[in-house]
Amino acid sequence: MTPPEYEYLRKFLRDHSGLDLSADKQYLIESRLLPLACKAGLSGIGELVQKLQGAGSGALVTSAVEAMTTNETFFFRDKVPFDHFRDTIMPEVLKARAGRKSVRIWCAAGSTGQEPYSLAMCLKEMGAMLGGWRVEIIATDLSQEVLEKSKAGIYSQFEVQRGLPIQMLMKYFKQTGETWQINPELRAMVQHRQLNLLHDFSQLGTFDIIFCRNVLIYFDQETKINIFNRLARQIEPDGFLVLGAAETVVGLTDAFRPVAERRGLYKPNDARAPAARPALSGAAPRMAAIAGL
Amino acid sequence: MKTCLVVDDSSVVRKIARRILEGLDFAVTEAEDGSKALEICRQRLPDAVLLDWNMPVMDGFEFMGHMRRLPGGDRPKVVFCTTENNVAHIAQALSGGANEYIMKPFDKDIIADKFAEVGLIPVGQAFA
Ligand SMILES: C[S@@+](CC[C@H](N)C(=O)[O-])C[C@H]1O[C@@H](n2cnc3c(N)ncnc32)[C@H](O)[C@@H]1O
Repeated sequence: MTPPEYEYLRKFLRDHSGLDLSADKQYLIESRLLPLACKAGLSGIGELVQKLQGAGSGALVTSAVEAMTTNETFFFRDKVPFDHFRDTIMPEVLKARAGRKSVRIWCAAGSTGQEPYSLAMCLKEMGAMLGGWRVEIIATDLSQEVLEKSKAGIYSQFEVQRGLPIQMLMKYFKQTGETWQINPELRAMVQHRQLNLLHDFSQLGTFDIIFCRNVLIYFDQETKINIFNRLARQIEPDGFLVLGAAETVVGLTDAFRPVAERRGLYKPNDARAPAARPALSGAAPRMAAIAGL
Repeated sequence: MKTCLVVDDSSVVRKIARRILEGLDFAVTEAEDGSKALEICRQRLPDAVLLDWNMPVMDGFEFMGHMRRLPGGDRPKVVFCTTENNVAHIAQALSGGANEYIMKPFDKDIIADKFAEVGLIPVGQAFA
């Protein structure tokens, strides 16, 4: 790959998915894009770059961008965030939303579904506490391919052994041959939408809880800051943001502050007047009244 | 140092498991069938047992039953590790006193995840 080709692809990826590659990641591009070039009947990276530059390359652009994403994920990844979800986040949200009895959760990089379904299992385990509540889990991802897998909820024997306790496997999955499918009831708890975090996401509405884990790590600082600031507009003033184990807002934005002694948890620093917040459909009348001031 | 007894009739599997478990800071002993494993447990109970199902002389399930009835035999964490990968076997193992269940083939990540799950190692140790 020539240096100009590499520079073109770096910029191409930064623009399309936010992926920020350092100057020495030629091998990564080659290992991910050469198979794609081959499949498309192209001679190599050079020809792929030419095609991407040409008009009418939409499908190829999408596959090149998707091929460069890292989709690795596990059930109950890092465990602690899910303990926080059960022991800190949900109890607080249940108290705060006792009036309207509804909770909205967003998995902002849901990948193949292990994260949203882990949340769905946590909620199921809470049982009667949630009786009469309306709980929405919205899983979004840039990649259509991982979303399809997430929707199907079918996992290999390997995947169901990463992070998933055996009791949960027995309780919430059905075995078919060598694969395991999560039960329809849990699948129905998760809605899927294709979404690029670089683009406007205000149409998703406001959430009580946002999981945005292990995706911002791939972006440059400016992009992270931009996304944090936009996430802050989609979160309730008393909501929670959950980041990955190696991620933080500290030093990047004042829009969120860490929750003491709860690693990975953040709360919005709400400097905005409540009136500036968009009204929520289905919000308690009092809140709607404030929003309408 | 925590101890783990690896029970499997395949010496290759025992060797692979030993390497992984030593990497997780376990002192490992091996047995090639349930009855040899039971002898070892009568001397001294380990903290963990990584247990195959089908073995000559005494199978893993029968071994677990005997071991659980030894004084203090409720304490070791039993993690099955077997090619028996169907719901019926898993349910039988769990109701017989197993703590976790690995369907072969396995690797380091799966062992680490399952051992963390039952509290034998801290979460995330495998990545340290
Ligand atoms: C490593 S996975 C993280 C999955 C899960 N959140 C977890 O922590 O296990 C990263 C995901 O982010 C998605 N992704 C990458 N760039 C994105 C973007 N610009 N917008 C939305 N999703 C993106 C990838 O497709 C991939 O599925």
